[in-house]
Amino acid sequence: MIAKPRIPDLLPEPGGPVGRPVPRVDGRLKVTGAARYAAEHPVPGLLHGYVVSAAIARGRITGIDTAAALAVPGVIEVFTHRNRPDLARFDRTWQDGDAPRGSPFRPLCDDEVQFSLQPVALVVADSPETARYAARLVEVTYEAREHRTDLHAHRHDSFTPGKAKGGFEPPPPPRGDPDRALALADVRIDARYTQATEHHNPMEMHATTAVYHDDGTLTVYDKTQGAQNTRSYICKVFGLPASAVRVLNPFVGGAFGSGLRPQHQLFLAVMAATQLRRPVRVELSRPQMFSFGHRPETIQRVALGARRDGRLTALIHEAVQESSRHETYVEIVVNWSGQQYRCDNVRLDYRLVRLDRATPLDQRAPGAATGVPAIEMAMDELAFALDVDPVDLRLRNYTDTDPNTGKPFSSKELRACFAQGAERFGWARRRPRPRSMRDGRELIGWGVAAGVWDAMQGRATARAVLGLDGRLTVSSATADIGTGTYTVMSQIAAEVLGLPVEAVTFRLGDSDLPTAPIEGGSWTVSTVGSAVKAVCDRVRARLFDLASAMDGAPLGGAGARDVTFAGGHIVVTADPVRRVSLTDVMRSGGLPAIEEEAMSLPYMVARSRHTLGTHSAVFAEVRVDEDLGTVRVTRVVSAIAAGRIINPRTAASQISGAVVWGIGMALEEETIFDHTLGRCMNHDLAEYHVPVNADVPEIDVIFVDERDTVVNPLGAKGVGEIGIVGVPAAIANAIFHATGVRVRDLPITLDKILMRQEE
Amino acid sequence: MPDSPRSTRPAPPPEPVAVTLTVNGAERTLKIAPWTSLLDALRLHLDLTGTKKGCDHGQCGACTVLVDGRRINACLTLAVMQEGRSVTTVEGLARGDALHPLQEAFIACDALQCGYCTPGQLCSAAGLLAEGKARSDDDIRELMSGNICRCGAYPGIVAAIRSVMNRRATDGDAP
Ligand code: FES
Ligand code: FES
Repeated sequence: MIAKPRIPDLLPEPGGPVGRPVPRVDGRLKVTGAARYAAEHPVPGLLHGYVVSAAIARGRITGIDTAAALAVPGVIEVFTHRNRPDLARFDRTWQDGDAPRGSPFRPLCDDEVQFSLQPVALVVADSPETARYAARLVEVTYEAREHRTDLHAHRHDSFTPGKAKGGFEPPPPPRGDPDRALALADVRIDARYTQATEHHNPMEMHATTAVYHDDGTLTVYDKTQGAQNTRSYICKVFGLPASAVRVLNPFVGGAFGSGLRPQHQLFLAVMAATQLRRPVRVELSRPQMFSFGHRPETIQRVALGARRDGRLTALIHEAVQESSRHETYVEIVVNWSGQQYRCDNVRLDYRLVRLDRATPLDQRAPGAATGVPAIEMAMDELAFALDVDPVDLRLRNYTDTDPNTGKPFSSKELRACFAQGAERFGWARRRPRPRSMRDGRELIGWGVAAGVWDAMQGRATARAVLGLDGRLTVSSATADIGTGTYTVMSQIAAEVLGLPVEAVTFRLGDSDLPTAPIEGGSWTVSTVGSAVKAVCDRVRARLFDLASAMDGAPLGGAGARDVTFAGGHIVVTADPVRRVSLTDVMRSGGLPAIEEEAMSLPYMVARSRHTLGTHSAVFAEVRVDEDLGTVRVTRVVSAIAAGRIINPRTAASQISGAVVWGIGMALEEETIFDHTLGRCMNHDLAEYHVPVNADVPEIDVIFVDERDTVVNPLGAKGVGEIGIVGVPAAIANAIFHATGVRVRDLPITLDKILMRQEE
Repeated sequence: MPDSPRSTRPAPPPEPVAVTLTVNGAERTLKIAPWTSLLDALRLHLDLTGTKKGCDHGQCGACTVLVDGRRINACLTLAVMQEGRSVTTVEGLARGDALHPLQEAFIACDALQCGYCTPGQLCSAAGLLAEGKARSDDDIRELMSGNICRCGAYPGIVAAIRSVMNRRATDGDAP
């Protein structure tokens, strides 16, 4: 059943739907409002749960008075730790597929408060208004304990985590003698960079509709990036067999990582539904969207030493980041620096501080979006100190092998990214001196930065059914969180079998479908796309065998390599009049349908001999009001090397959307804590700023040609994360170029610019 | 906080009242509690879930609908306050199978990713066209800034609206 990947088992060269800007196949459902999200599936007799959130950051609940809430007509039940059913005991049972090492938070488990806004009660009522009203009548008393939420105050109380999470690589051991090399360097940069906590805030708030059936089974509509991850969590925690739970997430209103792990609302909805034996929906409020995972706050030091000619002689990158007390969340922050630049003396260090906050959670390009901005700002500072062009400095330290491992890159067209991006942006016209370009009161700055991300692949299974009507249905339990999965999978299937994209239906978002991993980390095209190709290859092989056995030999004895699948036919490539339609082949074989299933695995051996990644060069222009310090990003060019691009339209949207995220990180996004209360103070969309339309300029996305035969049979790497990685530093560097002021503290708000301008 | 036990006799939820709205051209009468927002009335009582909830506090624009042709945030108004008015939601933009030009342009310009903000963007854009104030791309950006798109589909949204504006200008249609 396993389709063994062989090299070269590559997708054919362009010609079919792959590589074409096919419009989103789910576009019509989305523009007509017909696409239903987790809180939108109508269920008769539905009850609504509203969460009561903790008012303290750490301590014990000493009392919960639910009498007033229960007295409200329409309130069915109030769940607290006192009447919650006794469930699984072991941490293992509560760990989902993306859990780091530790003890996952268990909602309403006991009287302990571990972080501010932790759910402490769930009010269930017959209408959402009644539930919300009654939730305000629940009176909770606490015994507060001393908490710590301030990373800066506790940064010295840090530790080195081991391999605390799947996919995490601790920094490689030091090379050479970086401290000595730094001391001896011709030119030195040594600075501290900080980045605020950020919350994902997808537009759809996390919600779960849990439908309890009379036979004890459940249908659960959940906002998640992995229906099967949600299912296995429910099964483990509630002690149910997989057959009793079906999880559906056909549409997900954004996630960016927030749906990688099951969130409180899932547990609470399923608990209430199974206890009450009725359907229950729990929808978090926007403030409650700040009650779980987030991009961790980080403090970094980057020290660079270089010779006069710009060659790096010392590279030190140290990061300290928050995790919670109960789990050890880790991400790859510093390793990228050692991978991107050639240098003989390198030390990379990554440490954590435990705080009384919810456990952080992967957010778009986790780790890279934090670490790469620091090294890329430092490189800009070095370029300035050396009086070398920032692009040139990066090229002088370019590497075609990964210095961390000594392995070659499977492909790395970063040089082409720099060249094409610079050309499109007009970089050659840049005046190197800061404050040398202006338009009236506005200072203009141009900045550049590189980006890097992984090209991971997991294991997935897909099923394909080809019917006599010529329609192909392919399915796998993956997700489309806006990334374009529906569309690109349809394209891959259509390509292999020579069908128009309209003849293909791709199904996802259902835990009953063939196994697929959580959708995230830019690995879905690679992982699920390879499975789709593998299963369609099988269908193709069966069709060819049937055609070869047909009476009248329509293919005239042509071999498998001598035919093309196109336009719903098998065609002899050298003699196109010899052809037979797929449906005729099936009819002659007496088959009403062809059904196949296949699993795809990564090219383990070839991958283990290489470093795989996507790369980018980002060019940004800013205009800074000299008097007010306000920054506008007026132009961005992002040149991306990510292997073959299956759909340039949806891929460009991924990149430009991620540029918007980069603008947010550079200029706006920041979860602000009041450390006296241990609580975030800006937990809504009026106070937590994300870019709006007026903040976003035209964004020019370039995909450079890149051939990769190691990554997977598609040659495609996935583009969900790479788009953000270089952006914050490109903007920060542009602000320096505009103003001569170096702000190393993200987000770069106007107060920071004005304050340093005065210094 | 006072130590005394809270009264166990809270005010009961308000009694339902009748509200009549014209929704997407059809008159609909609902019996709903007066504290029900227009947004929840649409989503929960009329099963028109195309109108989205992104904050419930007037901060994101996901709930934008047209009331008597003007764009408003449906989460910031109670359904009873709209008695007798005509509400157009995303479900009411198309004419049968024929999509509204904005809907077509959103698909063509890939002005959406997850699609969750999209209905609000579309209704807001329809309102913007009717207002007739936008002349340039920067006007569009400014006047569409009440609608957050966390996926960052803004460049596509601007392109889509511009293409419809341009088409109307050449066709000589009223905006
Ligand atoms: S839901 Fe109405 S503005 Fe956000
Ligand atoms: S398309 Fe996802 S929020 Fe706009």
